[in-house]
Amino acid sequence: MTALAVLTTGLLTASIVLIFFYAPVDADGLNQKIFYFHVPIALTSYACFGWGGLKAFLHLWKRPPGADLESYVAIHQGVIFGALTLVTGSIWAKVRWGTWWTWSDEQLVLFLVLFLFYCAYFMLRYSVDPGPQRANLSAVYALFGVVLIPISFMAIRLANSYIHPTVFKSSGPDMATSQLATFCVAWAAMLSLAYFLYRFELAGKKLDANLKELRELLA
Amino acid sequence: MRRYAADVAVLARKDLTLELRARDTLPAMLLFVVSTLVVFHFALPRHSSDLAAKGLLWVAIVFTALVGLTRAFVAEREQRLIDGLLLAPCDRSAIWLAKSIAVLAFLGVAEIVALPAYAVFFSGIGWSTIAAVCLADLGIVAVGTLLAAVAAVSRTRELILPLLFLPLAIPVVIGGVGASVVGSPARYLGFLCLYDAVFAIISWASFEYVVTE
Amino acid sequence: MTTEEKYVAAAYLVVFLVVLIYVVIMAAKLTRLGAAVAELTELARDRKRSGEPPAKPAPKQVKVG
Repeated sequence: MTALAVLTTGLLTASIVLIFFYAPVDADGLNQKIFYFHVPIALTSYACFGWGGLKAFLHLWKRPPGADLESYVAIHQGVIFGALTLVTGSIWAKVRWGTWWTWSDEQLVLFLVLFLFYCAYFMLRYSVDPGPQRANLSAVYALFGVVLIPISFMAIRLANSYIHPTVFKSSGPDMATSQLATFCVAWAAMLSLAYFLYRFELAGKKLDANLKELRELLA
Repeated sequence: MRRYAADVAVLARKDLTLELRARDTLPAMLLFVVSTLVVFHFALPRHSSDLAAKGLLWVAIVFTALVGLTRAFVAEREQRLIDGLLLAPCDRSAIWLAKSIAVLAFLGVAEIVALPAYAVFFSGIGWSTIAAVCLADLGIVAVGTLLAAVAAVSRTRELILPLLFLPLAIPVVIGGVGASVVGSPARYLGFLCLYDAVFAIISWASFEYVVTE
Repeated sequence: MTTEEKYVAAAYLVVFLVVLIYVVIMAAKLTRLGAAVAELTELARDRKRSGEPPAKPAPKQVKVG
């Protein structure tokens, strides 16, 4: 894990250097720099939810002992990065279009829906006593979440045509090579950060469990 | 296959008969939806468009469904019938299908009252709205029944069902409202079909894991 | 700094802060775990002193569901 931490630090430093010193300032202006963090954070959040769904599926299918905990921690990371997506997206919207929130940014609206969905995941988890049933319920709900992502995306896209036409797009513009390289480094950095935090939190939770068992054995 | 259908029929008939005798869920849903429509009249200021009212119709449908879904597994949970059901030699997903059919019946009856009430209180309803309501019902009931079973197991029960259900209901509302207000509703109706198919399959497949240890 | 620059800085600052908050939470958890380990070590020492056979095997992976 130390190696992972070092890798994360290196990638994050490299990406910040590249963003501010290497990538050219876009026609949009300086605010485009936010894009280099905002989109990788969003993609990383999707990856976390996907990973959580995968672990949930594995839990239901093969029942490896750690899968439920791993699914939970992955979804926890996904929610943290999702919240970050919403905040950075909101700041970006404020800079570009003058409002803190815009319903026509499809990615942002999708994240809002997913954020609500996965917050309910935690409420569900805390309202059931620990045990195999809680693991099953969480896994089923996590899988629903993964299915919801593309369905919601389609729905939000459909919704925009009767709410108001899509005027603003925040998805990446055609990028020059240097911008693309910077973007990829930033994306790698975010994925590395998410994975590191995931392993970090998992280690903490396993320590908790071991200590609990130790206490029971000694008492 | 025939055995499965027979199981589903028996279980669904049980739920419908229970409701026919107890008569608690369905009248509540009917009263709820009409009261909600009246509240909506007062919630729409003058010069609000027809379209706003159409949108609110879908809000009424989703929340009426929630009222019905909250009651869906109450009997099973309170009288421990779920253990008896699980001991029965039927496929677990048959329980889900039967319960979904029963809730669909309740929701359908509620809508048979709600849609004419809406037409009287607000404005007329086209065929696209009716088609959308039928399609949306399937999706709402499929997902809602599974989530009602999940909520029945948790400590907070009725409290958590809306939290679990509403994010999943957002695509249904989008599809339904879109089909109701747009000139060519085909895309929205198609989307509702997709939603129904996807979530019915996943609910059917995962019900077993929700009720077993 | 122009307004634009301020917003860009704010966005990056938010990300940085969230990671820092994570570190703080983990530090608190580490302190708590350290205290728990100390307490359990004391318990084990008492056991050994009073002559009971040490009861526990090495801690093994436990399923947390």
